[in-house]
Amino acid sequence: MPKKTKMTLKEIKELLQAEVIIGIDSLDLEIEFAGGSDLMSDVLAFGKPGILLLTGLSNAQSVRTANIIDAKAIVYVRGKKPDKMGIELAREKGIPLLSTKYMMYTTCGLLFSHGLPGVSGLSLKKR
Amino acid sequence: MMSNENELSHRFEIKGGDFSNAGRASTSIKEILQEIGIDSSIIVRAAIASYEAEMNVVMYAHRAVLTLNVTPEKLHLKLEDEGPGIENIDLAMKEGFSTATDEMREMGFGAGMGLPNIKKNADKFEISSTPGKGTTLKITICLDKTEEK
Repeated sequence: MPKKTKMTLKEIKELLQAEVIIGIDSLDLEIEFAGGSDLMSDVLAFGKPGILLLTGLSNAQSVRTANIIDAKAIVYVRGKKPDKMGIELAREKGIPLLSTKYMMYTTCGLLFSHGLPGVSGLSLKKR
Repeated sequence: MMSNENELSHRFEIKGGDFSNAGRASTSIKEILQEIGIDSSIIVRAAIASYEAEMNVVMYAHRAVLTLNVTPEKLHLKLEDEGPGIENIDLAMKEGFSTATDEMREMGFGAGMGLPNIKKNADKFEISSTPGKGTTLKITICLDKTEEK
């Protein structure tokens, strides 16, 4: 297991060769953990505030869900990009959006192998 | 909106099938709670419960009224919908049980986690339903941490 470490959005952007859709001024943001799912129900059930959300769901619900759970940023996988409504909402709420061409598994593997831990399975209430 | 020194009340209308606006009421609720200085861990719980409830209306019901009421001690969310109702509440409360369509799943919802997740984030959760008429949810979150279950 790699040592637990934080990563900045800039490091994540470079590692994933990602494009910044929103939040070019927020690349200094420190990310402590990440979680990946295309299912927003799961993100709402298992996500934690501060999470870096990795998803292939590109509609506005991805950004709404991120906002609801206080996610720090979203990385869209498989080259997906959010729709116009999602981009507007992210701009309004100050949620950086990135897009990488890597698939979900590879994206998670790259981040994890560089020391970024996953979200624990604990619910918000039990923390 | 109605408010006095000790109490705040907001009412939101939610339309069934309106996927593009799904989540707007909950986003507003989150903003309102942030403005009045509610603890951030409580805001996240209220926002998740409200968002799941809102998505259920958008996915399954015709329309609903969602009311937020905050007193110094408690936060209440009440959702009354007009819709098909729930035949078997025990089954609907089971994680993983879902009657979602492909369209709902494409939105990232319909995994059968909604109602259980609302309950998990609430200190008190009541659900009643009349098949063919609609469903009512009452969610209470204690603001005074000593009262949490």
